[in-house]
Amino acid sequence: MVEHILSILIFFPALAAVLGFVVHKDSVRSYGVAVATIEFMLSMWLWLVFDPTLSGMQFVEQIALVPTFGINYIVGVDGISLFIVILAAFFTMLGIASLGETKNIKNMIITLLFLQMTMVGVFLALDAIVFYVFWELSLVPMLYLIGAWGGPLRIYASVKFFLYTFTGSLVMLVGMLFMAYLYHRTTGNWSFSILEWYRLQLPFEYQIWLFLAFFVGFAIKVPMFPFHTWLPYAHGQAPTIGSVILAAILLKMGTYAFIRFSLPLFPDASVYFMYPIAVLAIIMIIYTAMVAYAQKDIKQVVAYSSVSHMGVIVLGTFALNVEGITGSIFLMIAHGVVSGALFLLVGVIYDRRHTKLMSEFGGLASVMPRYATIFGIMMMASVGLPLTINFVGEFMSLLGFYKQSHILTLLAGVAIIVGAIYMLTAYKKMFFGVVTKDENRNLPDVNKTELLALIPLAIVTVWLGVYPKVLLEPISTSVKPLVEFMHEKAITAEAKARISTMAVKVDNTKIPTGEAH
Amino acid sequence: MLSPINVSIGSLNLITLAPMILPIVGALFILIIDMFKSGLDKSMFVMLSLLVLGIDFALLIESAGMFRANGTIMGVFDVMLVDGLAILSQFIIVIASMLFIPLALSQKRFHEFSYPEFFALFLFMIAGFQFMVATDNLILIFVGLETASLALYTLIAMHNRDKSFEAAVKYFTMGALAAGFYSFGSMVFYALTGSIEINQIATVLAGNNYADIGFVLVGVVFLLASFGFKLSMVPFHTWTPDVYEGSSAALAGYMSIVPKIAAFVVAMRLFEFLIHSGVVWLEAVLYILVIVTMTMANIWALVQTDVKRMLAYSSISHAGFVMAAILIGTTQSNSALFLYWVLFSFTNLGAFSMLWISRQKNLLPGQSSDHTFEKFAGLVKISPVAASIMALFMLSLAGIPPFSLFWGKLYMIGSAVSAGYTVLALAMALNSAIAGYYYIKLIVYMFMKDPVVGYRGDVSSINATMSLRVIIGIATVGTIFVFLALNPLLEFITSFVYNSGY
Repeated sequence: MVEHILSILIFFPALAAVLGFVVHKDSVRSYGVAVATIEFMLSMWLWLVFDPTLSGMQFVEQIALVPTFGINYIVGVDGISLFIVILAAFFTMLGIASLGETKNIKNMIITLLFLQMTMVGVFLALDAIVFYVFWELSLVPMLYLIGAWGGPLRIYASVKFFLYTFTGSLVMLVGMLFMAYLYHRTTGNWSFSILEWYRLQLPFEYQIWLFLAFFVGFAIKVPMFPFHTWLPYAHGQAPTIGSVILAAILLKMGTYAFIRFSLPLFPDASVYFMYPIAVLAIIMIIYTAMVAYAQKDIKQVVAYSSVSHMGVIVLGTFALNVEGITGSIFLMIAHGVVSGALFLLVGVIYDRRHTKLMSEFGGLASVMPRYATIFGIMMMASVGLPLTINFVGEFMSLLGFYKQSHILTLLAGVAIIVGAIYMLTAYKKMFFGVVTKDENRNLPDVNKTELLALIPLAIVTVWLGVYPKVLLEPISTSVKPLVEFMHEKAITAEAKARISTMAVKVDNTKIPTGEAH
Repeated sequence: MLSPINVSIGSLNLITLAPMILPIVGALFILIIDMFKSGLDKSMFVMLSLLVLGIDFALLIESAGMFRANGTIMGVFDVMLVDGLAILSQFIIVIASMLFIPLALSQKRFHEFSYPEFFALFLFMIAGFQFMVATDNLILIFVGLETASLALYTLIAMHNRDKSFEAAVKYFTMGALAAGFYSFGSMVFYALTGSIEINQIATVLAGNNYADIGFVLVGVVFLLASFGFKLSMVPFHTWTPDVYEGSSAALAGYMSIVPKIAAFVVAMRLFEFLIHSGVVWLEAVLYILVIVTMTMANIWALVQTDVKRMLAYSSISHAGFVMAAILIGTTQSNSALFLYWVLFSFTNLGAFSMLWISRQKNLLPGQSSDHTFEKFAGLVKISPVAASIMALFMLSLAGIPPFSLFWGKLYMIGSAVSAGYTVLALAMALNSAIAGYYYIKLIVYMFMKDPVVGYRGDVSSINATMSLRVIIGIATVGTIFVFLALNPLLEFITSFVYNSGY
């Protein structure tokens, strides 16, 4: 069974969703929690059996789908994808468990389970077409989640989300087909397998164009400036659970895909585009932080701060060295935990007051002390306070990029201070001072269901902030050979110099490489 | 004194005629039955037609086997040409017809199905299309085309609504114009080469190295315009939405598939050799035609208020997408054309059948057309299964993986990339994105809006019967699970196309 664990992880939620149509609507909530918990257990089991000393793909499964055209169902896991998969299972579980009163709850839970299948599938797929299938399929449940349970502008927001991402991915699809065609031209066989594509050394011009084609798809998903305009709408209108999944997992598909596709496939183009992308990332960090400061709606503040931190992830990825990439992967997890938790917290207050305007609150700390405490912890983590989970990721990402450019890193560092300003201001407006509105005087504090979701997140935030090594070690084990591989594959001298393998050579000797099954 | 011509029956290879003769015999049989006993129920004629088509299908399997063993078969003074293209397209024609004809067994009584002539004409039409694809003789193509078209005009008019007459007359007028263009174009080629067989024309033209290129272009212009009408390419498309709106949803779905595959095959036979011999002008015109057809049809579809008209524009856009295959002209692209059309048949027939089962006899007060978007508002609350199936067809048409049409698009765009048409591939991809909007619009209506007050709850399946449900079930299963059967399908198509020399 253990050799098929990845397929089980992908298709178990889908099967459960199909069976969920039969479950009575009064019991479907418990059913959803049970299924998501089993899925989380399975993902923990995967962590248990995962060998952290190996750098290659593990538990690889391969089934021929359309061998004539080189399409195969290939899945595998390594240190880069493992923790994102666990995060996806974790958040689906918490999200379903913390669902409040919702209309049509049965449809929602079935949708969430389908969404989980697509999320896990994206992170485990090792065939470009299988990746694309899950990537596109994830749009449909999200479209429904936002469009059916969202706010007043929900239809506009959901359609905008769908069309934006759909357009980007179609350009990416053309890139994938071109890549397969180049593989065909070189070797005579059709193949969409990512691992086989890795072996293809491409001329510089092809790398540039292909990099751009893939970039459009990924950048819209992240979303990078200037493609980010769909996200505030989506977050603003989505129900709490939709925002949580969107921020915690779906956005990570873009940054994950950068590491899985763009870097190893096009190392020279990655170096070529390093500065433009870094500039975009820094604009994204600073600009969205300033926009966040101007928001009146607490959910928009969290949404823009989430975009801002995605900028740091992109910056870390394009540091193109072990520290930066490891840091950015760690920051993906951290960002998932923290922004997911913040959206859950916003949902808590929205359920009570049905407003998200900060001016409606004030002095909540005295009314809802437990809520204020958890919000405080998460806010500090979001700001990047040492000993919280975000600090580790941000620090490593910036450290990585510091090796490439001092001045840009300095700018990004300044932006994080802006982040502290708007988050602290927002916190002050909501929680400190006297209670100004009468409606706020008797608000109930967080209840047990909500605590069930929030406490684990708070624990994870502090635990991984204090002791990040459990995650960092397996991640860097997989990242090191990746960087080394890019260094060897690069054809231009500049790329060879930029993609530094200094850190690799120090302790390269004790890391066994090779693929395990 | 002329000596008598000696032709042995064996050399005529009459077996090549069998798949076309059979529907004609079946149609005459239906007419004879009607002469002896009138007033028979439609169900009998449906089943008879189905049986005829079943035997037709078996004969096609037979000829497919012969093609595999011996390659292309010529027959009847070398007029009939049974190659891979002919067999593949006849498979599509017959299967789509078999899926269409049970749709006549609807819950509500519609005028046209009570006449046995409807079924006779239907079978004549199929025979016409089969003749059209299984020859490279320009005259026989013309005969097949006109037989099929005249039968089709009548089928549309039999729907017996004001709009149906309008549609039939409109279609007839446009069809007559197209026929005129076609005969003129053929005449030019005959005058140039002294032959009416496409392969002869190609040989003669290549022999004199395209000396009369000016006249070739004149001929091509007329043929292109004629096929532009038949394939509803922009700017020859204006009849399509009106005709689809005027005919019943089931017939509209049928029209979006079968006449077009026949026309595609003829276009492939005609234009392929011209493109390969480097007639740059034709390539440029086709390029423009493809891009304009895809894009404009998509943009018009965005603003439609009626689902059937929206689907009409969407099928124009799909036809433009597939026309790209003829422009690209590689074995991969020609296989992609057939693959795309097989997958499209399932999905599009399914989508139109979903409209058909929601078709009421008369319009409700305040309803502007048969299938407005409002009619589908909030469908998920009334009938979640119907809403999910309709959404599935829409997602498939939009090209969301892993549903059927995605694979067609994938292979088609892939063939464009492989042949070096990267810009075309990008245009195709971006057009799929534009198309996403109007397909999603229907999903938005069904899943995210509330039902319009005043519409009856059962309107979504008012016309449903067992046989309609079965057809929709087949289309649904085909749309979802096609990826499991994709590899054999692709291998089959590719080998047939390749062995026909395309």
